[in-house]
Amino acid sequence: MRVVLAEDLFLLRDGLVRLLEAHDFEIAAAVETGPELSRALAELEPDVAVVDVRLPPTLTDEGLQCALQARRDRPGMPVLVLSQHVEQLYARELLADGSGGVGYLLKDRVFDAEQFVDAVRRVASGGTAMDPQVIQQLLSRRAAEDRPLERLTPRELEVLELMAQGRTNAAIAGRLVVTERAIAKHTANIFAKLSLEVSDDDNRRVLAVLAYLDRGR
Amino acid sequence: MSIETKSGTGRPQTSGRTRGVALSAVRGLALALVSLPGAVICFCLTVVSIALIPIGVGIVTTSWVLTGVRAFADWRRLLAAEWGGVRIPRAYRPLPEGANPWARTFGMLRDPATWRDVLWLPVDMTAGFVSALLAFALVLYPLEGFVIAAGLWRAWDDTYWYGFVPVTDQITALYAACLGAALLVAAVRLSPLALKAHFRLTGALLGSGQGELAERVRVLTETRRDAVDTSAAELRRIERDLHDGAQARLVAVGMDLGTIEALLEKDPAKARELLAQTRQSSADALTELRELVRGIHPPVLAERGLGDAVRALALRLPVAAEVEVDLPGRADAPVESAAYFAVSETLTNAVKHSGADRIWVDMHYTEGRLRVCVTDNGKGGAVVGAGSGLAGLERRLGTFDGVLAVSSPAGGPTMVTMEIPCALS
Repeated sequence: MRVVLAEDLFLLRDGLVRLLEAHDFEIAAAVETGPELSRALAELEPDVAVVDVRLPPTLTDEGLQCALQARRDRPGMPVLVLSQHVEQLYARELLADGSGGVGYLLKDRVFDAEQFVDAVRRVASGGTAMDPQVIQQLLSRRAAEDRPLERLTPRELEVLELMAQGRTNAAIAGRLVVTERAIAKHTANIFAKLSLEVSDDDNRRVLAVLAYLDRGR
Repeated sequence: MSIETKSGTGRPQTSGRTRGVALSAVRGLALALVSLPGAVICFCLTVVSIALIPIGVGIVTTSWVLTGVRAFADWRRLLAAEWGGVRIPRAYRPLPEGANPWARTFGMLRDPATWRDVLWLPVDMTAGFVSALLAFALVLYPLEGFVIAAGLWRAWDDTYWYGFVPVTDQITALYAACLGAALLVAAVRLSPLALKAHFRLTGALLGSGQGELAERVRVLTETRRDAVDTSAAELRRIERDLHDGAQARLVAVGMDLGTIEALLEKDPAKARELLAQTRQSSADALTELRELVRGIHPPVLAERGLGDAVRALALRLPVAAEVEVDLPGRADAPVESAAYFAVSETLTNAVKHSGADRIWVDMHYTEGRLRVCVTDNGKGGAVVGAGSGLAGLERRLGTFDGVLAVSSPAGGPTMVTMEIPCALS
């Protein structure tokens, strides 16, 4: 799997390269500025891009803007955005096109190599990987204001949280130590209670998260 | 000044008043001699130079001419203070160092003080000249009466009018002396007044808004003290947070790593357990640092500016908030930061105390002012008073000449409006 990596701090970039190579990823390019990233994304067409929000030359949200632009040019292009802080505002922008293949994680998540690599794979295969911090903020906020969420059982809320992070039913089942069938039942209940249409759409889960993000705005 | 040495002509026993009168007469003469040609030259040069701006010459010359005008005005300010006891504040705007002629010229032309100078020049060459000359003439003219009585009347063949007295012979010349004496008595009082009037006139035109200026200085002194206090308190808070939080955790991580090193051989299971704990410590340290950064300069503010920073803020609130932003650019970092924290505090107050379930934030920029309105549908009753958070907010906005207005009738709704004068780029 070919990865384009954009990170301006040398130590972190070097570490990420080694980490990904150790897990059988091919590093197509490891760049440190926004323009370099744009060029690499357009020319190399990688399977997934791992991008720091803040990149030179502006050191603002250059990385995020490049990623968004790349996804406009090539819809569904998988992008995993890393940041020193997570903001719902940015999560919203990444998810806005509803096409999946996006991730938004705190840089700290790199500490847990397995989880991080798992997130990169998930994003590359069109799934989502939202940082638990984003999801938690979202759920606590929604719990305070939205009626439908009150109808969810604590277990269903737990499932929803993991689902919103972008995990598959199998992964959720493993995490909660129950059968996959039980999780399938929970997710069906959740969609029903939130009156979300259950369809065969691949990105149903993305739409679920999106529906949450847009609810009550 | 050199003119003052002439005051020695007054006789010792009549010093006091006589000396004062003689002094004001001499000074009046000096001022009259200076103000008329000085003001005429300055005014003509200024007008010509400004008129030449369209063809380019004026751009170079205007700043020189205006510098000369300022020197002339400054010299008159000095005289007003030394001779008349009239203090005329000097309020020219500073020009940037090494500015090019274009910037210097237009910088000076934009300064209201420049236009006060230009307005003052024609007044100085007329009313100013007359009042200064009057101070001199009021003393000289009575003396002429005495000189006529002493025999000067013989110099004229026909009738010589001294005031309203037609002088034809010694008798009428004595009448003239009497009038002169009466006028001299009046001059003793009037000559210093004429001189004073001259300085007052100069002051009124050159130093307009002295009261305003003093008030401005008072406000600036106060807000500067507030700013210094706030930033000192802020630094103490940051130091304490770093010291008690992240720093302590990193020390713990270091210690744990040392222990793990020692345990690695003897008790691998224990080492692994400690390792997990160490990782948690480092994660906690990162979280604390992140919070600290958010408190100093929120990342979204740095990355996106005020509009999106407040949007992100609203997303984190436990209450639904709608944010309307209409900002055509970004303000200076300190202004953005002040506005952000002001909004943040207002929102926190609204969530904590108002009992509202909806908040509206409206930000827009008009006529050089950033205006932020925070409205909630809560129960109202918020006041700007001693000890309240809103008073602190008002003080902090004051550092930027910003103002805070609160409308919060009991029963609600509460509307907090903030205005900060600033430029957007």
